[in-house]
Amino acid sequence: MSPKGHFAPRRACTTIAVLAAILGICVALFMTYDLKGSLDYALELRGRKVAGMAIVGFAVAYSSVLFHTATHNRILTPSLMGFDSLYILIQTLAAYFLGTTTFLLIDVRLRFGIEVVAMLAFAALLYRWLLGRGGRDVYVLVLVGIIMGTMFSSLTELVMRMIDPNEFSRLQDRLFASFSTINQDLLAVSAIAVAATTIISWPMLNRLDVVALGEEHATNLGVDHQRLVSRSLFVVAVLVSVSTALVGPVAFLGLLVANLAYQLTGTFRHRYTVPAAGLLGMIALIGGQFVLQEILEFKTRLSIIISFIGGIYFIFLLYREARK
Amino acid sequence: MIEIDRVTKRYGAATVVDDVSLVIPRGGVTALVGANGAGKSTLLSMIGRILHPDSGTVRVDGMDVARTQSAVLARRLSILRQENQVAVRITVRELIEFGRFPYSSGRLTGEDVAAVDRAIEYLQLEEFANRPLDRLSGGQRQRAFIAMVLAQDTGYLLLDEPLNNLDMRHAAQAMSLIRRMAEELQKTVVVVIHDINFAAYHAGRIIAMKDGRIVADGPPETVVSPSILSDVFDIDVPVHQVEGHLPSTSAPPPATAPSRRRRPQPCPARCANHPLMRAPLPASLPRHRHRPVHIKAVAGAAMIYRWGTAR
Ligand SMILES: Nc1ncnc2c1ncn2[C@@H]1O[C@H](COP(=O)(O)OP(=O)(O)O)[C@@H](O)[C@H]1O
Ligand SMILES: [Mg+2]
Repeated sequence: MSPKGHFAPRRACTTIAVLAAILGICVALFMTYDLKGSLDYALELRGRKVAGMAIVGFAVAYSSVLFHTATHNRILTPSLMGFDSLYILIQTLAAYFLGTTTFLLIDVRLRFGIEVVAMLAFAALLYRWLLGRGGRDVYVLVLVGIIMGTMFSSLTELVMRMIDPNEFSRLQDRLFASFSTINQDLLAVSAIAVAATTIISWPMLNRLDVVALGEEHATNLGVDHQRLVSRSLFVVAVLVSVSTALVGPVAFLGLLVANLAYQLTGTFRHRYTVPAAGLLGMIALIGGQFVLQEILEFKTRLSIIISFIGGIYFIFLLYREARK
Repeated sequence: MIEIDRVTKRYGAATVVDDVSLVIPRGGVTALVGANGAGKSTLLSMIGRILHPDSGTVRVDGMDVARTQSAVLARRLSILRQENQVAVRITVRELIEFGRFPYSSGRLTGEDVAAVDRAIEYLQLEEFANRPLDRLSGGQRQRAFIAMVLAQDTGYLLLDEPLNNLDMRHAAQAMSLIRRMAEELQKTVVVVIHDINFAAYHAGRIIAMKDGRIVADGPPETVVSPSILSDVFDIDVPVHQVEGHLPSTSAPPPATAPSRRRRPQPCPARCANHPLMRAPLPASLPRHRHRPVHIKAVAGAAMIYRWGTAR
């Protein structure tokens, strides 16, 4: 690297190192704090939880950063544009038509498969319909995503009104992400899916830096803007579908950690923002769960708290954008 | 060589570039002039594959720009657009480093860093190099974008109003720089320019557009005439000749009366063997074009430049 102030993101590197250390501490605490009973059993149980949270934290963070770059917009996330509400709609419809008991009796792997496929199909439809026709306007995509999301929510509400109250309370339980009941098979499948997508998409991070400059700059510099945007959105769809089907929606988590990552690293370079956001996502879930469970001994779900904090942060971002 | 073959672009019912055909051979500065909305930017964007024509083709060195891999073209052709923003916060140096992306894919080699340093030096951006782009004045920012295109080091440069926002000194220096690149390194420059004086002084060829068509095309001596200019711009333009011929060096025209302050030299003597400009110089190439007359067109009485006098 050149001495003349050539782009040497020392701050970004430091941030990543610090975050990695914090994550290490969080994992160690989570795994070892107040171990009781059978050591093997407890460690395995906690290990599974940690793995689930790590997968989801990373997938949500990575997909949010990609989504921000693809849409040139930093205040939306895929979960805010239809994915979460589609998941909720699927759950509600299943509860209505099958009853939660029947639904829960279906093999989890099958259920997981159905959910992932439904969400991927939704994404494919959305993208194909909007990006396929030479209409390269990502803003339309976002707009339609939001409208679809609203439509799914309204449908959900309609179905919920017709649902048996007992079913309803059991359903409510499934509508916020839960890390305590992750199936081991699903964990492995999700880990493989997320790892594979990440490895395949990693080489495009440098080109995404150019995409972030804007479409015309990207074209001038020989980067196929549209193809990269489509690819990013595909990666986003896989990551979001898998993580949502695995644990449920964690609205606002992606928004929160991605924007924090931009601020902490002080750059938009994906080689730095993606690892930082990923680490933050894992810290938020693992550290948050630990603090919540062991220190505060809250019974509230972590994902509810994250949604709350993330929602406030979202309003703050909107406010800041509006003031610009 | 840039070959534009019957290119048309429409927006709804409006045809903004109308069946334009044009050949621009290698080397030299071609100025594209015309009133606002004549279609200059649209034409330039289509050459630079940023816009797709509704019909017709553009070939650069025989490659159809619509079909050739964008990454291959990016090493041959660069375009500076009229409006430049970047969506992200970025320093001047980082921006210019992106000019090397077609070669480095984001991992800069020593050669890339050297090219970036030179581009910074040429545009006199040293003191701003580490400043975020959004903390510069319009003219300083424009220079950063010119530097980015320079760092890209392509044989063809399409510059859409590169002098936007530049003060007189920097405008004159940027033009001289552009011209020297064309003359000494055989770069092919197509530049949209509003100042007819600059066009007449620096370009070997002027193409005038009106309503999406080319209405005049030729050396400045023929295009810069009262009748053509008044047709192109819908305003009477008296044309005066200042001095009988060009100065025999490529020293930039003094933008203002020579002041006591040392005028920075935009293009040092080692320009010719500058690796920014990797192409070897053929010995036979005349170093400077000699044009028989130096034409000066002045709209109204605003005679501000006195070129071709003091060196
Ligand atoms: N995206 C667009 N949609 C509709 N009309 C456009 C668009 N871009 C340019 N135009 C029109 O095309 C004409 C040519 O524009 P342009 O090439 O930018 O002119 P100029 O010669 O000033 O660079 C103008 O009349 C402009 O209004
Ligand atoms: Mg224009």
